[in-house]
Amino acid sequence: MFFCLQVVLNKHKLTIAMEKAKLQEYWKINLGYLVGLLVVWFVVSYGFGILLVEPLNAIRLGGFKLGFWFAQQGSIYVFVVQIFVYVMLMNKLDKKFDVHED
Amino acid sequence: MSVQLWTYLIVGLTFAIYIGIAIWAKAGSTKEFYVAGAGVHPMINGMATAADWMSAASFISMAGLISFMGYDGSVYLMGWTGGYVLLALLLAPYLRKFGKFTVPDFVGDRYYSNAARTVAVICAIFVSFTYVAGQMRGVGVVFSRFLEVDINTGIIIGMAIVFFYAVLGGMKGITYTQVAQYWVLIFAYMVPAIFLSIMITNNAIPQLGLGGATSDGVYLLDKLDNLSKDLGFAAYTTGSKPMIDVFAITLALMVGTAGLPHVIVRFFTVPKVRDARISAGWALIFIALLYTTAPAIAAFARVNLINTVSNKAYAEMPSWFKNWEKTGLLAWMDKNDDGKIQYLGKKANGGDAFEGEKPKFTKEKGPVGQMMLSNKPTDNANELYIDKDIMVLANPEIGRLPNWVIALVAAGGLAAALSTAAGLLLVISSSVSHDLIKKQINPNISESAELMYARIAVAVAILVAGYFGINPPGFVAQVVAFAFGLAAASFFPIIILGIFSKRMNKEGAIAGMLTGLVFTAAYIINFKFINPGDNNPDHWILGISPEGIGTVGMVLNFVVSFVVSRFTPAPPEDIQELVDSLRYPKGAGEASAH
Repeated sequence: MFFCLQVVLNKHKLTIAMEKAKLQEYWKINLGYLVGLLVVWFVVSYGFGILLVEPLNAIRLGGFKLGFWFAQQGSIYVFVVQIFVYVMLMNKLDKKFDVHED
Repeated sequence: MSVQLWTYLIVGLTFAIYIGIAIWAKAGSTKEFYVAGAGVHPMINGMATAADWMSAASFISMAGLISFMGYDGSVYLMGWTGGYVLLALLLAPYLRKFGKFTVPDFVGDRYYSNAARTVAVICAIFVSFTYVAGQMRGVGVVFSRFLEVDINTGIIIGMAIVFFYAVLGGMKGITYTQVAQYWVLIFAYMVPAIFLSIMITNNAIPQLGLGGATSDGVYLLDKLDNLSKDLGFAAYTTGSKPMIDVFAITLALMVGTAGLPHVIVRFFTVPKVRDARISAGWALIFIALLYTTAPAIAAFARVNLINTVSNKAYAEMPSWFKNWEKTGLLAWMDKNDDGKIQYLGKKANGGDAFEGEKPKFTKEKGPVGQMMLSNKPTDNANELYIDKDIMVLANPEIGRLPNWVIALVAAGGLAAALSTAAGLLLVISSSVSHDLIKKQINPNISESAELMYARIAVAVAILVAGYFGINPPGFVAQVVAFAFGLAAASFFPIIILGIFSKRMNKEGAIAGMLTGLVFTAAYIINFKFINPGDNNPDHWILGISPEGIGTVGMVLNFVVSFVVSRFTPAPPEDIQELVDSLRYPKGAGEASAH
């Protein structure tokens, strides 16, 4: 009887530990997504639109100089796409790790 | 029909819609009042967020600023959109999981400290009032120009409308009104842009028209570069601000956006964590539609303005020129008595047309009928004073578009100003009734009493905002840098750290918030109020202007919080568990006060 209880208790501890490890794994993957997306966020706006604007302006996109286009148009389009990419990735991840709502 | 008649018609119609929605969406509980019952569909919430976010500054001022700044204006375009990426990735889902009503709620609970909560409340109220004053000025400008009523009457009408739907409906009324306001403002912004794009570049999509060619085969942007250089202005597509300042301003605006309480609170209104993420995406789509159109409007307006006024006789100016002259936002001083308007930049012996910030009219008429000025002339050759704020509003007239389009733009400007004002007023109201009265002064207050206080707080806030609109303090323009700088330097780092660092404790957060706040405020106050004469790159730290200094304040905040937290005790166990629970969407209950 006592032994049985011990086993159940141990099992319970084990599931908690597993649960914790799983959640940590989930958080790590999330942080990976964030770093990747924030690098893109930085490159299209601060990189192409500001720091590299002069060399990029030598390239033309129709009537636009490329650096100017990134600063006033391109970076904004990329921002929108980024958010939806993140939403998609996270919805998948939430399901995979069973932390999604309902 | 005349412009005025059209304006009365369209503005009257939109106002009737707003009031109708207010009556339909009356709030019955504090939850409905603060966060619209946390039951708003993410796309609807995105649309409301977009209207909430796009203020009189976005609608009326931004394209005008870009028009005169060219490439340098990109700081607003990237700065006021890129923050949504930070919101969606770093803040919105976690704050939704936290599930309370306000930003000070999060700060106070996460840092287990009423002192931190109080600092947050003060920041939230200050930032929001700064912003509201700007909206009321926008309302006044639109009313005085298009309905030709007194500015004060205009502000009182605007106040009455906001009063009605904010007091009655709270966040619920505001959210659904903002959806209507989004449609009004985006329609009003796009219609003239499409008209002008077709007229100038023969392309119906303004975003493409900006890169298109004009009727003589020259690309619009190349033409603008040449026109600007010929008249002694900096080339349109390269700009003149130092790179480090462009970098710092853009970052301060982005981070500031993500730290503004009236934006953050919008993500408390959706049902689930994943709704908060996608809601930020929808918001940015709706915002991007206007923000990618703005640079096109800026370029069209610039070309049209130069072609209409440069070296043309005053007597031949179209009626818009004289109408705007009457509002004091446009003035002409015929320094060389040739009867023609010389509009010149610094490199062609141009500069400010006269001394003093604003034109002072003498009430006399000059030889060709211009309104005479008492300002002392400067010794350069430029004769034209033009307030950047009029470009969007005057654009349809400059481009000779039909009267109904002009009226539509007026209604759009009002929608933008009113929707933002309402969102801000709600933050002020919840800060007072929830964060101060309920959380600090009288925790046992009943729900209906709290709701009553919330309504009273909105009403008082509207009166104060209206007062600032009628008696605008001279510093409204200067304090906008404050709003973003303070949000960037105070809220953003401690919210981020509160989610991403379990070790961050109350000592670190308070020290960081105060450092960021004091440093940023001191820098702005020094250059804007105490030593405005020194406000130039020679005196700035690292070459960063007061507009961009929030970036440095934010970095200081991060560093100080990190260092202080390592030398002080870790936060209690239950707080660390709270942080853990924020990170996983499962179990996000409805937003609650307890």
